Amino acid sequence: MVAALDRKLLRDLLRLWAQVLAIAMVLACGVMVLVLANGTRASLDLSRQSYYEDQRFADIFATLTRAPETLLPEIAAIPGVARIAPRIESAAIVDLPKMAEPVSAQVISLPASGAPVLNAPLLRAGRMPSPLKAGEVALYAPFAETHGLMPGDRFDAVIEGQRRTLTVTGHLLSPEHIYTIGPGAMMPDDSRFGVIWMGQEALAAAADMDGAFNAISLSLTRGAREEAVIDALDHLLAPYGGAGASGRDGQISHAFLQSELEQLGAMALVIPPIFLAVSAFLVNMVLGRLIALERQQIGLLKAVGYTTRSIGWHYLKLSLGIGAIGIVIGWVAGIELGRAMTRLYTDFFRLPVLIYAPSAWPFVLSAALAMLTVVAGAWRAVGASVRLPPAVAMSPPAPPSFRRGMTDRIGAALGLRQTTMMILRGVTRWPGRAAITLFGVAASISVLIASYFTFDAMALMVDEIFFRANRQHVTLILSQSQTEAVLEDAAHLPGVLMAEGTYSLPVRLIAGPKEELTSLTAHKPDATLSRLIDSDSQPVTMPAHGVVLPEGLAAKLGLSPGDMLRVEALAPPRETWDLPLSATIRQTVGQEAYMSAPALYALMRRAPQVNRIHLRVDAAQYPALFEAAKSTPQIAGITVWTAIRTQFEATINENLTISTVIYAALGMLITLGVIYNAARIQLSERAHELASLRVLGFRRSEVGYVLIGELIGLTFLAIPLGWLAGYGFAALVTQAFTTDIVSLPLVVSRATYTKASLIVLATAIGAALLVRRRLDHIDIVQALKARD
Amino acid sequence: MVFCRKAPRLGATLWIETPMTQAKPVLRTEAVTRVYRTGSVEVHALRGVTMGLDEGEMVVLLGASGSGKSTLLNILGALDLPSTGRVFFRDRELTRASDRELTQFRREHVGFVFQFYNLMPALTARENVALVTEISENPMRPEEALERVGLGHRLDHFPAELSGGEQQRVAIARAIAKRPELLLCDEPTGALDSQTGITVLEALQQVNRDLGTATAIITHNAGIRKIAHRVIYLADGQIAREEINETPIPPSEVTW
Repeated sequence: MVAALDRKLLRDLLRLWAQVLAIAMVLACGVMVLVLANGTRASLDLSRQSYYEDQRFADIFATLTRAPETLLPEIAAIPGVARIAPRIESAAIVDLPKMAEPVSAQVISLPASGAPVLNAPLLRAGRMPSPLKAGEVALYAPFAETHGLMPGDRFDAVIEGQRRTLTVTGHLLSPEHIYTIGPGAMMPDDSRFGVIWMGQEALAAAADMDGAFNAISLSLTRGAREEAVIDALDHLLAPYGGAGASGRDGQISHAFLQSELEQLGAMALVIPPIFLAVSAFLVNMVLGRLIALERQQIGLLKAVGYTTRSIGWHYLKLSLGIGAIGIVIGWVAGIELGRAMTRLYTDFFRLPVLIYAPSAWPFVLSAALAMLTVVAGAWRAVGASVRLPPAVAMSPPAPPSFRRGMTDRIGAALGLRQTTMMILRGVTRWPGRAAITLFGVAASISVLIASYFTFDAMALMVDEIFFRANRQHVTLILSQSQTEAVLEDAAHLPGVLMAEGTYSLPVRLIAGPKEELTSLTAHKPDATLSRLIDSDSQPVTMPAHGVVLPEGLAAKLGLSPGDMLRVEALAPPRETWDLPLSATIRQTVGQEAYMSAPALYALMRRAPQVNRIHLRVDAAQYPALFEAAKSTPQIAGITVWTAIRTQFEATINENLTISTVIYAALGMLITLGVIYNAARIQLSERAHELASLRVLGFRRSEVGYVLIGELIGLTFLAIPLGWLAGYGFAALVTQAFTTDIVSLPLVVSRATYTKASLIVLATAIGAALLVRRRLDHIDIVQALKARD
Repeated sequence: MVFCRKAPRLGATLWIETPMTQAKPVLRTEAVTRVYRTGSVEVHALRGVTMGLDEGEMVVLLGASGSGKSTLLNILGALDLPSTGRVFFRDRELTRASDRELTQFRREHVGFVFQFYNLMPALTARENVALVTEISENPMRPEEALERVGLGHRLDHFPAELSGGEQQRVAIARAIAKRPELLLCDEPTGALDSQTGITVLEALQQVNRDLGTATAIITHNAGIRKIAHRVIYLADGQIAREEINETPIPPSEVTW
């Protein structure tokens, strides 16, 4: 007996394949995103964790000007400190024959004893440099590979103003450099920034750091309080130019990876519920209709002795079948996309091993949620119908009753055609069903907007960063701050049309219990190259007093203009000032504080300083300028803005395009699932009416209008709703994507609204037309005979 | 007429001009057969029916279930095409028309009344009639059509709020509102009790008399034959015999 019902189940699934698939695909999207996000996240997290453990990634990081090694026992004695690893850090300009422009590098010392106690680099090729040979260095592996610098090769670099020839001994990776970003850069660029490891003695000699260190990292004992250790360390380092210690969250590589993990977590949290909710509604709609059609069969089954429970279970199994199909598709897509995404990550995150190895729980969780979704969707549809007594079930259902109401007055006032009135009354008679269509289509549009707006945000970022805020072509980073006289020298470099200096001071901003380490830049009121801009992309006139903060940083500290904040200078004069927040600006990359230059120098009681020089340069003279820069000892780094822009745009195009295509597909699938199923149900319910219309002499197009007019009308109504939801969704995305370095602006262009609406409208029309085609095959005579 | 406007563009091959016969039939069939194939089984629903329907005439097609009367009505109303044979509406051959032209034919010239009314549940009585008048060239007002069938007081009721007889009279009002030349009724009283059936038949007879609409009623109820001018008996997909009724009686005198 059960076998016969199960055969019916299989045949139902096959017969309804298109509708089943349309729902299963929507469900699969939810499952896929869960598997993809959680699986990728787990893989990334696991790789990171074992890497950190194996290479002893530190817990606290600090830089300073110069402290004697005699300070080390005191640091090691701070309660909670497990191990300490002092070192020397410096900056270098690398002169590579194939690169016209100078390449920046960070130089890190390796202890004479061999591997550092903390942040041990991992040898990927060759060998570690000998502590005894001054000219031997190891290179950051991706940098070396990009430039083809193999063990045994030689290259020139300017370290601490001295030009020297170095020999490569090996390639390294490091837990500190999973995500590597050069000074002034916005994303990793292995061709323009690298890391050089060299023996401590050699670097100490070059940097005049004998018996001293300028950077230190600590690991903590179990249960130690990070803040307490940081406070103690800052206290000890303050006399030696300590620039403020930070935990892992202040370490750029860690922070970036962490924010990526959080984004994946947010993705797994925000997106699947949308798809699961839509599929639950669809299951409810389709099963409800199927049961209505099979009402008499249900009565018959009951009459011959099937129990309510077994019939209910039969229909529930149908929904579980839909769930199973969705789960399988979602799992397969999730695994495939997870692999692809992991491959993409290996370009950004330099981990020794990164294999997509998802654990079982996202699969179990997604399957459980999917099954719950379909059962929830089926529950009401099944529950009400299978409880009907057999005699009632076997008689045809009562005809739908319509009531006079507002629709009539509207219809009469507008002089609407009767076919339009039929559509309107259908909507008011079954408002729940109309709401599902409305909700589904609006969700589609919002997903598309939240995906496409990232292009708007990036375009705005490019415009603001490269055309409005930073109008310089090149920025020179000086190894030490100097007086403004250095601007004269800069102006005499080849090709320089204009030179403008700025000065940044490392500071700690304190607002109540909240603290942030950042830098405070002296901004000249008359600066024309590097400008500050507000949220309307307009240049900001620098207030004469007080601090100006980017919106994101002000929000983090819980400050609004007019509030007071404490600014602790972490470099001479090492004083603490209480200053008002005078304005906020928009800064999409970097989160620095600004102050009017005269006001800052007055506070510091110092003559104007310069540690960065912005230049406008005659394009023809770039090679000469780069040559000069390579041999100028005071220049520690150089930022070429056009190169950054090119790379920024290339990266955006590559990565954003992939994710946008995926999201667009997801968005379209919702509309396809909702409209296709709604249209099929309309066709099934109204076959009789539609055939009658054909008999009365209505043309196919006119009957088609009655069939799909409601759905297309609802799609139009859903568009403004989708816009609203899309804007909200975009706001969530900007929050998820905002890191300490990049804050995505919330801008949605009219083109994005239009594009999302048109894509969804086209999908809706396409789905409706798929069903409309079936109308052509309706046999009028048969349809008239068949009474539901 | 829209119907005629189409013809010249499609050329003279479409509508075959035929010589005039003495009577002036609105609709006629020539040796119409209809074979349905379901799987390997062939069902001969019609086996060569030649008949005509004249202007102003009321004809009853009488036959047992399975005699082919519904099939014939569907072919007369261009809802179905014969397997062989030809159907003419006045001088135009329907059996050569396209689907679009058949739709146009139904739209302009034919009114249908079915056993189960086939009203739009979402539209009121008045709106159900307006549904058709909106797409007609020279219709009567929906109110007028409903008054003719005695429903002037039930204009704004939905089908679910009307009795079976009332619903059928709305269907008749809808069928006649476009002033069709043909009124085809498939078991119009089949779902009604005798008293209600009489009011429906009265409405049909009145329309036939007042508007001169050629009317064909199919039924298996032999009593109804007495209201017609002519009775065609169908059996086994063929016309068994015809009967001219010189003095049709009013429906109220029909014994059910």
